[in-house]
Amino acid sequence: MTDQITPPAGDTSLAADLELDCKGLLCPLPVYRTAQALNRLRAGQILRVECTDPGSLADFPALARQRNLTLLSAADHEGVQVFHLRKEDE
Amino acid sequence: MKAEARVGNGGNGNGRRRLALVASKGTLDGAYPPLILAATAASLGWEVGIFFTFYGLDILHKKRHRKLQVAPLGNPAMPVPVPNLVGALPGMTAAATRMMKGWMKRSNMPTVPEFLDIARESGVKLFACSTTMGVMGISEKDLMPGADIAGATAFLDFAADADVSLFV
Repeated sequence: MTDQITPPAGDTSLAADLELDCKGLLCPLPVYRTAQALNRLRAGQILRVECTDPGSLADFPALARQRNLTLLSAADHEGVQVFHLRKEDE
Repeated sequence: MKAEARVGNGGNGNGRRRLALVASKGTLDGAYPPLILAATAASLGWEVGIFFTFYGLDILHKKRHRKLQVAPLGNPAMPVPVPNLVGALPGMTAAATRMMKGWMKRSNMPTVPEFLDIARESGVKLFACSTTMGVMGISEKDLMPGADIAGATAFLDFAADADVSLFV
Protein backbone atom coordinates (compact mmCIF):
# COMPACT_ATOMS: atom_id res chain seq x y z
CA MET A 1 0.00 0.00 0.00
CA THR A 2 1.69 3.19 -1.14
CA ASP A 3 -0.90 5.74 -0.02
CA GLN A 4 0.40 5.99 3.55
CA ILE A 5 -1.58 8.42 5.64
CA THR A 6 0.76 11.07 6.96
CA PRO A 7 -0.85 12.27 10.14
CA PRO A 8 -0.08 15.58 11.84
CA ALA A 9 2.63 14.21 14.10
CA GLY A 10 2.65 16.26 17.25
CA ASP A 11 -0.92 17.26 18.04
CA THR A 12 -1.69 15.18 21.11
CA SER A 13 -3.84 17.84 22.76
CA LEU A 14 -7.04 16.82 20.94
CA ALA A 15 -10.06 16.17 23.12
CA ALA A 16 -11.07 12.50 23.19
CA ASP A 17 -14.40 10.84 23.91
CA LEU A 18 -12.66 7.70 25.16
CA GLU A 19 -9.11 7.00 26.30
CA LEU A 20 -7.40 3.63 26.10
CA ASP A 21 -4.20 2.64 27.86
CA CYS A 22 -2.34 -0.06 25.92
CA LYS A 23 1.05 0.62 27.50
CA GLY A 24 2.97 -2.58 28.19
CA LEU A 25 1.02 -4.57 25.59
CA LEU A 26 2.40 -6.08 22.41
CA CYS A 27 0.78 -6.84 19.05
CA PRO A 28 -2.00 -7.87 18.61
CA LEU A 29 -3.41 -6.57 21.90
CA PRO A 30 -3.27 -2.78 21.25
CA VAL A 31 -5.13 -3.19 17.95
CA TYR A 32 -7.52 -5.78 19.43
CA ARG A 33 -8.38 -3.54 22.39
CA THR A 34 -8.71 -0.52 20.11
CA ALA A 35 -11.16 -2.44 17.91
CA GLN A 36 -13.20 -3.32 21.00
CA ALA A 37 -13.17 0.28 22.21
CA LEU A 38 -14.30 1.54 18.79
CA ASN A 39 -17.42 -0.61 19.13
CA ARG A 40 -18.42 1.60 22.06
CA LEU A 41 -18.11 4.81 20.02
CA ARG A 42 -20.44 6.50 17.55
CA ALA A 43 -19.37 7.94 14.22
CA GLY A 44 -17.57 11.26 14.76
CA GLN A 45 -16.27 10.39 18.22
CA ILE A 46 -12.56 10.33 18.98
CA LEU A 47 -10.51 7.62 20.68
CA ARG A 48 -7.12 8.34 22.25
CA VAL A 49 -4.75 5.38 22.57
CA GLU A 50 -1.40 5.19 24.34
CA CYS A 51 1.00 2.38 23.39
CA THR A 52 4.56 1.33 24.10
CA ASP A 53 4.90 -1.23 21.29
CA PRO A 54 7.05 0.56 18.69
CA GLY A 55 5.27 -1.47 15.98
CA SER A 56 2.14 0.54 16.74
CA LEU A 57 3.56 3.47 14.73
CA ALA A 58 3.18 1.28 11.64
CA ASP A 59 0.10 -0.60 12.84
CA PHE A 60 -2.24 2.28 13.68
CA PRO A 61 -2.11 3.94 10.24
CA ALA A 62 -2.85 0.46 8.81
CA LEU A 63 -5.70 -0.05 11.28
CA ALA A 64 -7.12 3.33 10.24
CA ARG A 65 -7.02 2.30 6.57
CA GLN A 66 -8.62 -1.07 7.19
CA ARG A 67 -11.37 0.16 9.52
CA ASN A 68 -12.05 3.44 7.68
CA LEU A 69 -10.96 5.55 10.65
CA THR A 70 -9.33 8.95 10.45
CA LEU A 71 -5.96 9.03 12.17
CA LEU A 72 -5.91 12.56 13.53
CA SER A 73 -2.54 12.30 15.22
CA ALA A 74 0.29 9.86 15.76
CA ALA A 75 3.17 10.88 17.97
CA ASP A 76 6.02 9.22 19.81
CA HIS A 77 6.97 10.84 23.11
CA GLU A 78 9.90 9.18 24.85
CA GLY A 79 8.81 5.65 24.01
CA VAL A 80 5.06 6.22 24.39
CA GLN A 81 3.09 6.36 21.15
CA VAL A 82 -0.08 8.43 21.29
CA PHE A 83 -2.82 8.13 18.66
CA HIS A 84 -6.10 9.92 18.09
CA LEU A 85 -8.56 8.04 15.90
CA ARG A 86 -11.92 9.35 14.73
CA LYS A 87 -14.63 6.81 14.00
CA GLU A 88 -16.35 7.45 10.68
CA ASP A 89 -19.61 6.22 9.22
CA GLU A 90 -19.48 2.49 8.47
CA MET B 1 -8.59 5.86 -1.95
CA LYS B 2 -9.25 4.83 1.62
CA ALA B 3 -12.56 3.21 0.81
CA GLU B 4 -11.00 1.34 -2.10
CA ALA B 5 -8.19 0.02 0.09
CA ARG B 6 -10.69 -1.20 2.68
CA VAL B 7 -12.86 -3.29 0.41
CA GLY B 8 -11.90 -6.88 -0.31
CA ASN B 9 -11.57 -8.43 -3.72
CA GLY B 10 -15.30 -8.95 -3.71
CA GLY B 11 -15.01 -12.68 -4.19
CA ASN B 12 -16.94 -13.33 -0.99
CA GLY B 13 -19.57 -10.85 -2.03
CA ASN B 14 -19.87 -8.84 1.17
CA GLY B 15 -17.03 -6.33 0.76
CA ARG B 16 -15.11 -7.62 3.77
CA ARG B 17 -11.58 -8.83 3.43
CA ARG B 18 -11.02 -12.49 4.26
CA LEU B 19 -8.04 -14.29 5.81
CA ALA B 20 -7.62 -18.07 5.48
CA LEU B 21 -4.96 -19.71 7.64
CA VAL B 22 -3.69 -23.26 7.92
CA ALA B 23 -2.27 -24.07 11.38
CA SER B 24 -0.20 -27.22 11.00
CA LYS B 25 2.14 -27.14 14.00
CA GLY B 26 1.38 -28.45 17.46
CA THR B 27 4.14 -26.60 19.25
CA LEU B 28 3.97 -23.62 21.59
CA ASP B 29 5.96 -21.42 19.21
CA GLY B 30 3.94 -22.71 16.26
CA ALA B 31 0.58 -21.94 17.89
CA TYR B 32 1.09 -18.22 18.45
CA PRO B 33 1.57 -16.88 14.90
CA PRO B 34 -1.76 -18.10 13.46
CA LEU B 35 -3.64 -17.02 16.58
CA ILE B 36 -2.01 -13.56 16.55
CA LEU B 37 -2.76 -13.09 12.85
CA ALA B 38 -6.35 -14.24 13.34
CA ALA B 39 -6.97 -11.89 16.27
CA THR B 40 -5.44 -9.00 14.33
CA ALA B 41 -7.41 -9.61 11.15
CA ALA B 42 -10.66 -9.93 13.12
CA SER B 43 -9.85 -6.59 14.79
CA LEU B 44 -9.50 -5.06 11.31
CA GLY B 45 -13.02 -6.23 10.53
CA TRP B 46 -11.91 -9.14 8.32
CA GLU B 47 -13.54 -12.54 8.13
CA VAL B 48 -11.09 -15.14 9.42
CA GLY B 49 -10.96 -18.92 9.23
CA ILE B 50 -8.23 -21.23 10.53
CA PHE B 51 -7.90 -24.82 9.35
CA PHE B 52 -6.26 -26.79 12.18
CA THR B 53 -4.64 -29.83 10.64
CA PHE B 54 -2.28 -32.63 11.72
CA TYR B 55 -0.39 -31.59 14.87
CA GLY B 56 -1.90 -28.14 14.51
CA LEU B 57 -5.18 -29.71 15.66
CA ASP B 58 -3.62 -29.94 19.15
CA ILE B 59 -4.21 -26.16 19.38
CA LEU B 60 -7.96 -26.94 19.41
CA HIS B 61 -7.59 -29.94 21.74
CA LYS B 62 -9.06 -29.14 25.16
CA LYS B 63 -6.37 -30.96 27.10
CA ARG B 64 -3.37 -30.81 24.79
CA HIS B 65 -3.50 -27.10 24.01
CA ARG B 66 -2.53 -26.30 27.60
CA LYS B 67 0.53 -28.53 27.24
CA LEU B 68 2.02 -27.35 23.95
CA GLN B 69 5.79 -27.33 24.11
CA VAL B 70 8.81 -25.85 22.37
CA ALA B 71 11.76 -28.18 21.75
CA PRO B 72 15.40 -27.11 22.01
CA LEU B 73 16.37 -30.21 20.01
CA GLY B 74 17.10 -29.25 16.41
CA ASN B 75 16.25 -25.64 17.23
CA PRO B 76 19.21 -23.31 16.67
CA ALA B 77 17.16 -20.24 17.62
CA MET B 78 17.27 -20.64 21.40
CA PRO B 79 18.54 -17.44 23.08
CA VAL B 80 21.33 -19.47 24.64
CA PRO B 81 22.18 -21.99 21.91
CA VAL B 82 21.58 -25.51 23.21
CA PRO B 83 23.73 -28.22 21.60
CA ASN B 84 21.51 -30.99 20.23
CA LEU B 85 23.17 -33.56 22.50
CA VAL B 86 22.11 -31.48 25.51
CA GLY B 87 18.71 -30.61 24.04
CA ALA B 88 18.01 -34.33 23.74
CA LEU B 89 18.36 -34.85 27.51
CA PRO B 90 15.22 -35.49 29.56
CA GLY B 91 13.71 -32.29 30.90
CA MET B 92 15.22 -29.96 28.30
CA THR B 93 11.98 -29.55 26.33
CA ALA B 94 10.11 -28.80 29.56
CA ALA B 95 12.76 -26.23 30.47
CA ALA B 96 12.56 -24.49 27.08
CA THR B 97 8.76 -24.48 27.35
CA ARG B 98 8.87 -22.91 30.82
CA MET B 99 11.26 -20.27 29.48
CA MET B 100 8.97 -19.35 26.57
CA LYS B 101 5.86 -19.29 28.78
CA GLY B 102 7.82 -16.99 31.10
CA TRP B 103 8.57 -14.58 28.24
CA MET B 104 4.93 -14.55 27.21
CA LYS B 105 3.71 -13.87 30.73
CA ARG B 106 6.25 -11.08 31.28
CA SER B 107 5.13 -9.48 28.00
CA ASN B 108 1.44 -9.64 29.01
CA MET B 109 0.74 -11.95 26.07
CA PRO B 110 -2.36 -14.12 26.34
CA THR B 111 -1.90 -17.88 26.71
CA VAL B 112 -2.95 -20.18 23.85
CA PRO B 113 -6.34 -20.94 25.50
CA GLU B 114 -6.88 -17.20 26.07
CA PHE B 115 -6.08 -16.48 22.41
CA LEU B 116 -8.63 -19.10 21.37
CA ASP B 117 -11.23 -17.34 23.51
CA ILE B 118 -10.35 -14.06 21.76
CA ALA B 119 -10.64 -15.79 18.38
CA ARG B 120 -14.03 -17.29 19.20
CA GLU B 121 -15.38 -14.03 20.61
CA SER B 122 -14.15 -12.27 17.46
CA GLY B 123 -16.08 -14.66 15.23
CA VAL B 124 -13.05 -16.51 13.84
CA LYS B 125 -14.10 -19.77 12.17
CA LEU B 126 -12.19 -22.69 13.68
CA PHE B 127 -12.07 -25.58 11.20
CA ALA B 128 -11.04 -28.90 12.79
CA CYS B 129 -9.54 -31.19 10.15
CA SER B 130 -11.67 -34.33 10.11
CA THR B 131 -8.93 -36.44 8.54
CA THR B 132 -6.60 -35.58 11.41
CA MET B 133 -9.34 -36.49 13.88
CA GLY B 134 -9.74 -39.88 12.20
CA VAL B 135 -6.01 -40.55 11.92
CA MET B 136 -5.20 -39.51 15.48
CA GLY B 137 -8.35 -40.83 17.16
CA ILE B 138 -9.61 -37.42 18.28
CA SER B 139 -13.36 -37.01 18.80
CA GLU B 140 -15.54 -33.91 18.84
CA LYS B 141 -15.76 -33.93 22.63
CA ASP B 142 -11.94 -33.60 22.81
CA LEU B 143 -12.09 -30.26 20.99
CA MET B 144 -12.81 -26.73 22.16
CA PRO B 145 -16.48 -25.76 21.86
CA GLY B 146 -17.03 -23.76 18.70
CA ALA B 147 -14.77 -25.90 16.52
CA ASP B 148 -16.31 -26.81 13.16
CA ILE B 149 -15.42 -30.29 11.96
CA ALA B 150 -14.60 -30.05 8.27
CA GLY B 151 -12.61 -31.60 5.50
CA ALA B 152 -10.20 -29.83 3.19
CA THR B 153 -13.03 -29.20 0.74
CA ALA B 154 -15.00 -27.01 3.15
CA PHE B 155 -11.86 -25.07 4.07
CA LEU B 156 -10.85 -24.57 0.43
CA ASP B 157 -14.37 -23.38 -0.33
CA PHE B 158 -13.84 -20.72 2.37
CA ALA B 159 -10.25 -19.99 1.23
CA ALA B 160 -11.22 -19.68 -2.44
CA ASP B 161 -12.64 -16.24 -1.67
CA ALA B 162 -9.82 -15.16 0.66
CA ASP B 163 -7.74 -12.04 0.09
CA VAL B 164 -4.88 -13.46 2.16
CA SER B 165 -4.07 -17.16 2.59
CA LEU B 166 -1.19 -18.38 4.73
CA PHE B 167 0.16 -21.79 5.73
CA VAL B 168 1.71 -21.69 9.18
